[in-house]
Amino acid sequence: MKRVLTGLGVAAIVAYCLIPFYWMVVSSFRRTADIYHQTPLPSPWSLESYAGVFDEGTGFGQALLNSAVVAVVTTAVTLLIGTLAAYALARLDFRGKNVILALIIAVSMFPGALLVVPLLKLFTSIGWINSYQAMILPSMSFALPLTVWNLTTFFRQMPRELEHAAMIDGCSAFDAFRKVILPVAAPGVFTTAILAFIVTWNEFIIAVTMVNDVDRQTATVRIAQFTGAAKFATPFGTQMAAGVLVTIPLVILVLFFQRRIVAGLTAGAVK
Amino acid sequence: MRAISVVAATAALGLVAACGSEAPGPQAQNDDGRGPITFVSTKFDAEATQILVADWNAAHPEEKVTSVLLPESADEGRRKLIQNAQTKSDGMDVVVLDAVWTAEFAANRWVDELPEAGLDIPAFLPPAVETGKYRGKLYAMPFLTGTGLLYYRKDLVEKPPTTWAEMKAACEKALAKEKGMGCYAGQYDKYEGLTVNFAEAVQSAGGSLLDGSGKPSLTDGKAKEALTFLVDGFADGLIPKEAITYKEEEGRNAFERGKFLFYRNWAYMYEQSNKTDGPSQVAGKFDVAPLPGLDGPGSGTLGGNNMAVSSYSKHKQTARDFIAYMTGAEQEKKFAMSNSSPLARTALYEDPELIEKYPYLPALKDGILAAKPRPQAVKYGDVTAAVQESVYGAITGTRTVDEALTGLQGTLGDLIK
Amino acid sequence: MSGAANRRRGPRERAGQSRLAALMLSPTLVVLALVVLYPLLSAVRESFYTSGETLDADGFVVEGERFAGLANYSGVLGERFVNALANTTLFTVATVSIEVVLGVLMALVMHRAFRGRGFLRASILIPWAVPTAVSGLMWRWIFQADGVANTIIGQQILWTTEGVQAKIAVIVADTWKTAPFVGLLVLAGLQIIAGEVYEAARVDGASAWQTFWRITLPLVRPALLVAVLFRMMDALRVFDLPYVLIGPRKHSVETLSALIWDEATRVHYGPASAYGTMLFLYIALIAFVFVKLLGADLLADVRTRRRVAS
Repeated sequence: MKRVLTGLGVAAIVAYCLIPFYWMVVSSFRRTADIYHQTPLPSPWSLESYAGVFDEGTGFGQALLNSAVVAVVTTAVTLLIGTLAAYALARLDFRGKNVILALIIAVSMFPGALLVVPLLKLFTSIGWINSYQAMILPSMSFALPLTVWNLTTFFRQMPRELEHAAMIDGCSAFDAFRKVILPVAAPGVFTTAILAFIVTWNEFIIAVTMVNDVDRQTATVRIAQFTGAAKFATPFGTQMAAGVLVTIPLVILVLFFQRRIVAGLTAGAVK
Repeated sequence: MRAISVVAATAALGLVAACGSEAPGPQAQNDDGRGPITFVSTKFDAEATQILVADWNAAHPEEKVTSVLLPESADEGRRKLIQNAQTKSDGMDVVVLDAVWTAEFAANRWVDELPEAGLDIPAFLPPAVETGKYRGKLYAMPFLTGTGLLYYRKDLVEKPPTTWAEMKAACEKALAKEKGMGCYAGQYDKYEGLTVNFAEAVQSAGGSLLDGSGKPSLTDGKAKEALTFLVDGFADGLIPKEAITYKEEEGRNAFERGKFLFYRNWAYMYEQSNKTDGPSQVAGKFDVAPLPGLDGPGSGTLGGNNMAVSSYSKHKQTARDFIAYMTGAEQEKKFAMSNSSPLARTALYEDPELIEKYPYLPALKDGILAAKPRPQAVKYGDVTAAVQESVYGAITGTRTVDEALTGLQGTLGDLIK
Repeated sequence: MSGAANRRRGPRERAGQSRLAALMLSPTLVVLALVVLYPLLSAVRESFYTSGETLDADGFVVEGERFAGLANYSGVLGERFVNALANTTLFTVATVSIEVVLGVLMALVMHRAFRGRGFLRASILIPWAVPTAVSGLMWRWIFQADGVANTIIGQQILWTTEGVQAKIAVIVADTWKTAPFVGLLVLAGLQIIAGEVYEAARVDGASAWQTFWRITLPLVRPALLVAVLFRMMDALRVFDLPYVLIGPRKHSVETLSALIWDEATRVHYGPASAYGTMLFLYIALIAFVFVKLLGADLLADVRTRRRVAS
């Protein structure tokens, strides 16, 4: 009886999570002519919408590449400086660290819409518009708090004896961090990297504001720009196909690293 | 130490920001500049535009044009252009402006006045040229134009109606036999299309949103006739209730499935709905006519895309030459052969080759000549938001026609001074 | 840091640690100062200035900005701001409560499930991984007048017009994306509850409901509260979903972030900044009250450890 109930529950959860996404995938495989059909499977199957996405001049491949560049670099830089900060907050002894941790987390309270215009003016005056760094640096405003919070928790969970042993062997505090803690912490750092990558990949407002050049636009921005053959035509199929394409890298990440992602998500929340 | 570095960083930022506000003004001495330029347009005409740009680039190796595309939605596109202007960036030289943005861009000195010499203005449809002017001076050269057309089912209606009453009568007659079919629809979701449809209704009733002196004129009775037509249409079911969610495409889809007899849309739909290999069930069964009105033929509003030179361009002479080139007779014909978006040159509407390709051209020309621009307002964004607010309230029944119009009269009065 | 360790190490080491800490923290703090503190300060400044409001005799906009005092804040008392505040609050309360209920249910199921666990875990991550911009498009497609949502329920509901149905559409779309996420956080809380606790409850003859209410819930409370706090911060800033799904400037679903965005789009940076400042204060207030009332102390960890160590 209990097993049946659990089974039903599992089925309900899977249906809840996958059905809307499934509908997007199915719609993306219909012909433009059939886009309003509501059969559970496309008939006939068609790659027309996907061809539309990669149509000459749209440069969607380039957009996916740009997304990757921005997300990878943001993740790397965030991890580099976030790991240092998290270690200091978790292990070093200094005054005011609770305040600093609270401040870093409080950063996630700022409304993004408020930050964009001043940053745009700043980046324009230093000639950064249309550059990768104009997207990377602001993206760190949400990737960094996440990283610092996650890693701080992670470092705290590690046994203190590790550094003590290293320091007795004559390592300085920083050497202890670099040579002993970091290698042990690699899994946690990796999980955090995936999380930071996903939030950066999904970013929209900053990317749409800072970049005019088509060759530098990210994929989430490009989706907003699909137009049909005429000014007022809206190619729903192409939008769906592009949506699927933008999501696929993340779905692959999720499928490969689901165990780690779940562990990482929960590390930040639960001690 | 930490505190110091933060302070230093913030101070450095302060300096940078201060420098930013002292960037050179629009009147830099680049007025005759020549060199490579960037052309900002939209995607729907990209293919046709690209052909022309390629020709230009072959002929002008020193003044190559790079195309940049704006986001699909008009609001997004406008936001990008404004951001670019506010940051005084020279990243855009020739910009394509929607017909309703001219006043805002001109008044803010984001685009330069265009010298009419070399632009062959008399060869263009006069209403289209009007949309490119602010306070009597030309800022944007008409390129594409267009107005609302009445699509009607020629298999069910003998001849297109010229008045609203005739349209209703035609519906009563035809719909008696056609179960589940609606009479009429336009675009009534809360977006720019609602302003367009409302302005068209007011003009078709013989009024206008603004009077000759630029003051709002919504309380003169004409606007009331117009709004009542829409509100009653929804109440009586002449306009199907789902039309409240329609933008152009949702309505086109419904028309193609035979959901109603008459549909107001732009010219682009003609070709699409006539495709026999698609979902359209009305291919070959419809035709177009100018919009009907209260006492006689109605009046559409003008859409359109015009070309302007950014004030922050460094190569303005090239930019002006490029606009003259793009709007030249030969180029526009070439454009028209590969893209169905209607152009602003009068001669194209009488070209037999084009009429054969686009049979709606004569009806469209009549429509455009009878059409009027939407209000030319520096704060057009606020004006259209106010119009949408009032009209949407009236057609969804949250306020009466009188409340909506009196309210709108007051709001517009404050916005247009 | 434990007192014992301090005594062992002495003041000089402590000073050394402070220097090292400053070094390790400064890159993060510099970046955050640049991308958050600086824009925040400029926005607050901007909220007291106005520009581009007047035309000269030739019809050109007068350049430059001037001090406007609290003029930009006058809209805070206006109907539109109050409506947006109410919507923001409603969406936050509704989505977060539904997410908590659904999330706890999902976590309970996931905790029991053994077969197909990997598949379950992967599918639960998908809504979370779909970019919000994409999920907005996706739900708009589903909620069209001719869309599949209406076909399934056999009604002709116009989801994207003003009204309760628009609010429901937004809440459905938002909970879809975030409930699984809450579920995962709660699951983690469940997994650290020792099996003996349930065993003891069973021996005492507690019903399943009693076990859940008296044992499971109190034990996952810390995890749940942190999840709720994080979700609330997000929900209070919700913007793209109602904007893409229902449309801009629709009263039924306009949130504070959407209002700010709309004002900024129409080049009203003064009011946009003023509203943004108010939104920030509102979020900070709610976070403060939440932490005080429910004790979801983000820094609890530091304290408990301190107690354990000494």
